[in-house]
Amino acid sequence: MRELEYPFDGDYIIMKKKALRRELLKKEKLLPLRIAVLGGYTTDDIVKVLELFLLNSGIKPTFYESEYNRYYEDAMFENGELEAFKPEIIFICTSVRNITDFPDINDSAETVENKFKTECERLEAMWQRLDRVYGCPIIQNNYEYPSERLLGNRDFWDIHGAVNFTLRLNAFIGEYASSHGKFYVHDVNYLSSLYGLEKWSDPFYWHMYKYAVSVPAIPRFAFNLSNIIKSLMGKNRKVLMLDLDNTLWGGVIGDDGEDNIEIGQETSLGQTYSEFQKYIKSLSSLGILLAINSKNDEETALKGLRRPDTVLSPEDFAVKRINWEPKSENLISAAEELSLLPESFVFVDDNPAEREIVRANNKGTAVPEIGDRPEYYKDIIDRSGFFEITELSEDDLKRKSMYKANAERRESRTQFTDYGEYLRSLDMKGEIGDFIPAYMSRIAQLTNKSNQFNLTTKRYTQNEIEEAEREDDTITIYGKLSDRFGDNGVVSVVIGRIRDQECHIELWIMSCRVLKRDMEFAMMDELVKKCTERKVSTIFGYYYPTAKNAMVKEFYALQGFEKISEDEDGNTVWRFDIKEDYAKKNRYIDVCSGV
Amino acid sequence: MTREEVFERLTEVFRNVFDDDTIELSETTTSKDIEDWDSFEHINLIVAVEKEFSIKVPMGKVTTMKDVGEMVDIILQESGAV
Repeated sequence: MRELEYPFDGDYIIMKKKALRRELLKKEKLLPLRIAVLGGYTTDDIVKVLELFLLNSGIKPTFYESEYNRYYEDAMFENGELEAFKPEIIFICTSVRNITDFPDINDSAETVENKFKTECERLEAMWQRLDRVYGCPIIQNNYEYPSERLLGNRDFWDIHGAVNFTLRLNAFIGEYASSHGKFYVHDVNYLSSLYGLEKWSDPFYWHMYKYAVSVPAIPRFAFNLSNIIKSLMGKNRKVLMLDLDNTLWGGVIGDDGEDNIEIGQETSLGQTYSEFQKYIKSLSSLGILLAINSKNDEETALKGLRRPDTVLSPEDFAVKRINWEPKSENLISAAEELSLLPESFVFVDDNPAEREIVRANNKGTAVPEIGDRPEYYKDIIDRSGFFEITELSEDDLKRKSMYKANAERRESRTQFTDYGEYLRSLDMKGEIGDFIPAYMSRIAQLTNKSNQFNLTTKRYTQNEIEEAEREDDTITIYGKLSDRFGDNGVVSVVIGRIRDQECHIELWIMSCRVLKRDMEFAMMDELVKKCTERKVSTIFGYYYPTAKNAMVKEFYALQGFEKISEDEDGNTVWRFDIKEDYAKKNRYIDVCSGV
Repeated sequence: MTREEVFERLTEVFRNVFDDDTIELSETTTSKDIEDWDSFEHINLIVAVEKEFSIKVPMGKVTTMKDVGEMVDIILQESGAV
């Protein structure tokens, strides 16, 4: 919904939030999510506006809201209501007004230190108890700067200064985040600076309604927060697709020639585009894929990326569509090449007409209104939160090279006439075994991201994944795959529940990157092995159709299951009897068991 | 700005905030007459009114206004129309 995409009109959102909500609730296939908001101030509008941004991203939240300023009590003491709610995310919404004991100018250094420690211990006790009791991800606000500086500029460095004290507490929150998993910081300090602290902390809203963030700032607050949640739910974008003329450089290369486009350090406009290119290059080093979608003659256009003063070069792009086709079609074919969906794409183009075409034809693709001022392109993309990094896994850092390796694999495939010969040449090594702690976050991420190769589309939090691993009646299998081009990381997960000596497959997912590589057979072999060990001789598979998983409709037939039922919605149940002479189906992957 | 003009623009604000196109305002309309008008929605209403009329409602008046007629008085005062 355009109204909820950055840059948005916050006042409009506040005013129209009922109508926007009504509209958003018409969306289908929303992912349910239970969020507990433990507030140190009024959170009513924060929750309502957060709901809008999450709905807009395909997440349907239900909320537990603590009573006014009861965040500490809710976190520290038994709370039947919260326990029954079973939060999947806990958000602690506190502000600088919740700091209990600021230093006094007459305090000794020792007293100040004690006050600091007391404050830290209070926070840490809360986080640890929440983790122990609820085990779900925690999002904690850090502190905005205090509104007053009793010591003026000295407040910054003097140990008695409120500014100094706040900065130290923020550093403490940051240290906790860097040393603990499932703990995320909502950077209110940065956001309030960006928004303007005077407006952010407008005392009117505190004294009238006990809002520590002014109501007009709430959309910015809720949006920034929603980006963390979206990222945790696997809703990050994966590809940044860019136009060339007047997007990556100034001017039209076909008309002006590569020597006359604006890029490099010679002019202010050139510098602006160089800075933008540099920002994009940094994004790609985080594992975000770059793509070109440009109406140009390919040979001419690429000259613009081969100038000596260019930052981006043709090799930085995983796919290129430089032709005269409609950009919406280019986007679809690029998505197919990368085995991704259009909703994984962000499309950036200075031309409003092109943006409109993509918006109309590629549902789900993000098309930011970057305007026509190149000096602001970077800020708009940066603040849109498309690529919010919550977990920086090694897989992410490697992803770019994985996709590049995929392109090379495709190339080498064309050289073989026999597909089996090609698979053998890949020299594939699989690591298949029970879930282990090192992979839990990746496994949870995969269960939330996989839409196409997903038989049941059941979503799991990391906590639920860890639980499944611990339960005796559950078979949990992960699969990693590497080949001579690179390591693909964890690419497949199967979870089966055993009831009455029968195994019911609750989840079977695989990354489309490794489609048709025999990985699905290697996973089946392992499942059969695990069942046999437990004297289980019958396996039941379930397929629940969604808008995206048609590709696995006949998956169980391929594995040798027999279809035993189908209802009018297309839900099917499949049965597999393990024979004593079960022959391994995987022929091309050299499998070793996990650690 | 006349009192009628204020009423007209204010009606539009109410309709947006409460997502109800059937709302008609009179001098004596109060929060009892509009279903969702609770203390939380009152905040949003004030923010929307402030934006529409480019005014800042003084803190003392936010919660004491007893009906829409008084709200219109405040808008006229704060926008310097009277």
